[in-house]
Amino acid sequence: MDDLHPYMFWLIAPLTGLCAIATVITQNIVRSATWLLFTLAGTSSIFFLLGADLVGAIQLLVYVGGTMVLVIFGVMLTAQGPFITMKTSGAEWAISIVAGIMLFAVLGFGATHYVRSSAERAKETVPENPKDSRNSTTIGQGLLGVPVGPSDPKMPSQTIHYLLPFEIVSVHLLVVLIGAAYLARTKRRKEEEAAP
Amino acid sequence: MLDWLSDAWRDYGIFALALIASNALIGFMLINAIFSVWLERKVAGRIQDRLGPTRVGGKFGWLQTLADGMKLLVKEDTIPAAADQFLFRVGPYIALVGSFLAFVALPFGDGVVAREMNIALFFMLAVMSSEVFGIILIGYGSGSKWSLFGGIRESAQMVSYEIPMALCVLVPVVVAGSMNLGEVAKMQSSIWNWLIFHDPFTFCAFWTYFTCAMASCKRAPFDLAEAESELVAGFHTEYSGFRWLVIFMAEYGSMFAVSGIACIMFLGGWSIGVPVELTTFFGETIGLGTFGMVIGNVINVTVFLTKGWILVFVMMWVRWTLPRLRIDQVMMMCLKYLIPISCVLLVGVALWTLWIPAPIQRYIAWGIFAVSMGATAWLVMQMITLAKLPPGTGMPGMWRLADEPGYHGAPKAEKPA
Amino acid sequence: MNELDPLLGYLCLAALLFTCGVVCMATKRNAIGVLIGVELVLNGANVNFVAFSRYHPNFQVEGMIFALFVIVMAAGEAATALAIVLNFYNNHSTVDVDSADELKG
Repeated sequence: MDDLHPYMFWLIAPLTGLCAIATVITQNIVRSATWLLFTLAGTSSIFFLLGADLVGAIQLLVYVGGTMVLVIFGVMLTAQGPFITMKTSGAEWAISIVAGIMLFAVLGFGATHYVRSSAERAKETVPENPKDSRNSTTIGQGLLGVPVGPSDPKMPSQTIHYLLPFEIVSVHLLVVLIGAAYLARTKRRKEEEAAP
Repeated sequence: MLDWLSDAWRDYGIFALALIASNALIGFMLINAIFSVWLERKVAGRIQDRLGPTRVGGKFGWLQTLADGMKLLVKEDTIPAAADQFLFRVGPYIALVGSFLAFVALPFGDGVVAREMNIALFFMLAVMSSEVFGIILIGYGSGSKWSLFGGIRESAQMVSYEIPMALCVLVPVVVAGSMNLGEVAKMQSSIWNWLIFHDPFTFCAFWTYFTCAMASCKRAPFDLAEAESELVAGFHTEYSGFRWLVIFMAEYGSMFAVSGIACIMFLGGWSIGVPVELTTFFGETIGLGTFGMVIGNVINVTVFLTKGWILVFVMMWVRWTLPRLRIDQVMMMCLKYLIPISCVLLVGVALWTLWIPAPIQRYIAWGIFAVSMGATAWLVMQMITLAKLPPGTGMPGMWRLADEPGYHGAPKAEKPA
Repeated sequence: MNELDPLLGYLCLAALLFTCGVVCMATKRNAIGVLIGVELVLNGANVNFVAFSRYHPNFQVEGMIFALFVIVMAAGEAATALAIVLNFYNNHSTVDVDSADELKG
């Protein structure tokens, strides 16, 4: 058993998919968030499996440690009862599920078609098993402005780097920070403002 | 005859190895929790001028935790009626998994690591940050206001303290140029190469990191999440039996994990202080081959565990010495002081390595090393002198009997006539 | 093609996550539930990015860098969305998206 990859994939991927489905069908919002947490953790292990250690770790750090905590805070701050649920009617469920199955069929068909059509080309250029070391270093250099561009023989001038997007994202995050703090700051309710 | 065995080993050996490694790690977490709980009780006892556990297991009560653990295993496992069953059950395990995954990337010795990773440090910080979600679920799912308060405090605190902690731990990374914990540890083979002595910024970063680590492990004086005097037991008020055990395994596990990071990034990992690679020394210099390398690594692991547990001991020492802060003080300390300090340290160390010429860097490093060694020696001397004095002398302002000579305290109470 | 291409598995997983996210956005009436759906959709996209970075030779670095940007953007988006939800809750005392039917706060 020289290659564990497919076995690990078939172990992780169905679990991740099941957690995603559970996220959708759970009515209680905190349970739904918990299932989302499992989905995110599964996705991050998929990233580790694909050799993208850095992306997987960032997924854990940002999503699980940051975003999910925010979501739970949001639930706690907006809950009227102890464990809130909001019901969705049967007709809505039926329509959504049919639409979902159709969407999944389309996407699956597209994926199969793509894989089939590019099978020959993929066979000859499947890259060697990427070492995480190379990946993280390359990503870091790319974000800091060292040209890392696509390793395409047809495009020899490797001049693509990601300094500008990186800076834009940083500024964007700053804006988000200020904006979110501004929006979420404590305000008196409308009635209270009107009362005096 | 053994053909099928070797075939099976070739095919499934990797699974067996993975199983052994994960069991070893789980076992280590369990033993770590058992040992730490015993140490905690002993330290607490000694600091409060009592004995702590003394009976179970003969000397020093060293089997006390095992007995407690067995008691916890057979205890009734209650789930409150108001609790959300699913969240209540799943919360402790999320916390445990977060703590356990940190050990996957933590090297205990030269190559003694479950998964060697290039970004091991980052990975450890990431998985330890996911522990907080388990705590929130524990607090929320219990359906009790004490738990909810504890959970919310805990999450606010952990999420905030992650930032200065990560920034501080980046300071030695700037110096070492690697996030691979094994590589960083190997760089610091001799004691004057330890990254804590490299420059003033790494020296300060160690103390800042350790403060943040204590806070993110919810240890006193930052244990607002389980403030017994206000919140009964905080987020784990409703837990009992095995699940409670799991929560504590996670807590002591992450205590050791942050101490392990501190050891490797600042205190030389498994270095014994002299520039000798023990595995190479026993393996090649003495000529014992593989057996020698194993011996070398056993010593490495022992040294590393000792250092880690010394830091854990310091955490306990602090816990039983300092009073608890208020929640607003805890948050203010992080947001107003620790984050700016750690930012300054990070920028400072970057400029230091860029601008200060190498000879000056080396002189200053030697200076820091000499001063720290002097301070340590002075501290040890103080401890020895104080230990030799009769009780009640030596420490100014200490409580003592008013009748004894040398009493400086409040005037003796007049006897009512 | 005799054996299943590993890429296909990843693409199908990504499609499943994406679909779940869309259905989640459609069915949940809680605003935070909708946000959870958005996160699922973004994760589906991320799985695609990273899978292509592994299996497509021209996409090795880009895939991961785009995935990083998506993760960071998702965090920002979640923060803003939650701030808006909190604001909405302050004004309407509910987080039911169906009651958000007026342009004026």
